[in-house]
Amino acid sequence: MHEWALAEAVISTVVETSKKEKIREVTEVKIEMGELQQIDEEIFNFALKVSIEEAARGQGDLLKKMKIKIEKESALLKCRICGHEWPFSDQAKELSEEESESIHFIPEAAYIYVRCPECKSPDFDIIKGRGVWIDSIKGTR
Amino acid sequence: MDPRLSIIEKRLANIGRIITVASGKGGVGKSLIASTLALSLSEKGYKVGLLDLDFQGPSAHVILGARRAYPKEDKGVVPPEVHGVRFMSIVYYVGDEPSPLRGEDISNALIELLAITQWKRLDFLVIDMPPGIGDQTLDLIRFMSRSEFLVVTTPSKVALETVRKLLKLLKELRIPIRGVIENMKSIQSSWVKEQIDALGVPFLGEIAFDKNLEDSIGNADKLLETNFANDLEEILPKLQL
Repeated sequence: MHEWALAEAVISTVVETSKKEKIREVTEVKIEMGELQQIDEEIFNFALKVSIEEAARGQGDLLKKMKIKIEKESALLKCRICGHEWPFSDQAKELSEEESESIHFIPEAAYIYVRCPECKSPDFDIIKGRGVWIDSIKGTR
Repeated sequence: MDPRLSIIEKRLANIGRIITVASGKGGVGKSLIASTLALSLSEKGYKVGLLDLDFQGPSAHVILGARRAYPKEDKGVVPPEVHGVRFMSIVYYVGDEPSPLRGEDISNALIELLAITQWKRLDFLVIDMPPGIGDQTLDLIRFMSRSEFLVVTTPSKVALETVRKLLKLLKELRIPIRGVIENMKSIQSSWVKEQIDALGVPFLGEIAFDKNLEDSIGNADKLLETNFANDLEEILPKLQL
């Protein structure tokens, strides 16, 4: 599943950043999960768990006490033509399964399947809530 | 912090060489050269991948006749094999619809593709680039600095002028340039070769204008039998692949 690739990327970033910052034990990682990418939280959590186990080998105590906090972020879109702002959730239910899945894999596919509800333009910005983002990594040196 | 950035190198780790087919100009035959190069290397027994990074005008799927292919999911996405070539394109997710992406969105889509694609072991990854020196070129240099550029021009002064800019940028950034191919050659002239020689870049050879090439679009077997493919085949040894 696609969630696995993203979970692996999160843990890889945590290990890489900890080494760079000379962190011996990671205590908390905050992840923002943007609504647009429609991540399956259950799969993502399971994939995180497996990725942690895989990454923990050879890393000593680095990830042993790590707690992961996931915050969901609503996706907000803003039209560049008329300035209208709207939540993606308004349109999410109108998308076909295929369109929704395309946005799940590549969130920029939204520019193909979503239009400004006011002026119908495809020229909009994803203001927030695009995909998976690491907000903070806390630990002890 | 964008978690995708740290995984890209791992995704590309089992790829032997990355050959990027690029040009400053559109319509010079990049996609045909990239697709034919990938098919030809695959025929020789190599494990080959083809990545179409031309998000706004993807066409490698049309050349390969890959309309029904779709990636499988396995801890990311695994590109389907089309005539023996593992083929990845944004077209799986945008279909035949126009993709009006701006700069930052192009970068984001490219990073997403690189982060989720599981190429597995490849001898060669051939990349079909959009024209110019925009987002994809800069991102490719950012994420795949070991990529070797194969630059395409035509006998046109207009094409060469844009190619000159691309070559200048690649040289400044010390990105490996395998050389330049002059495509769609119709009259005898050494003008392009002289210009490329003057830039200190290898001139790899010429591909004659092939009026029958269009009939082979969408048919990989037919494509490999064209005069176009034969001319490209003669150039391959100079690429030191």
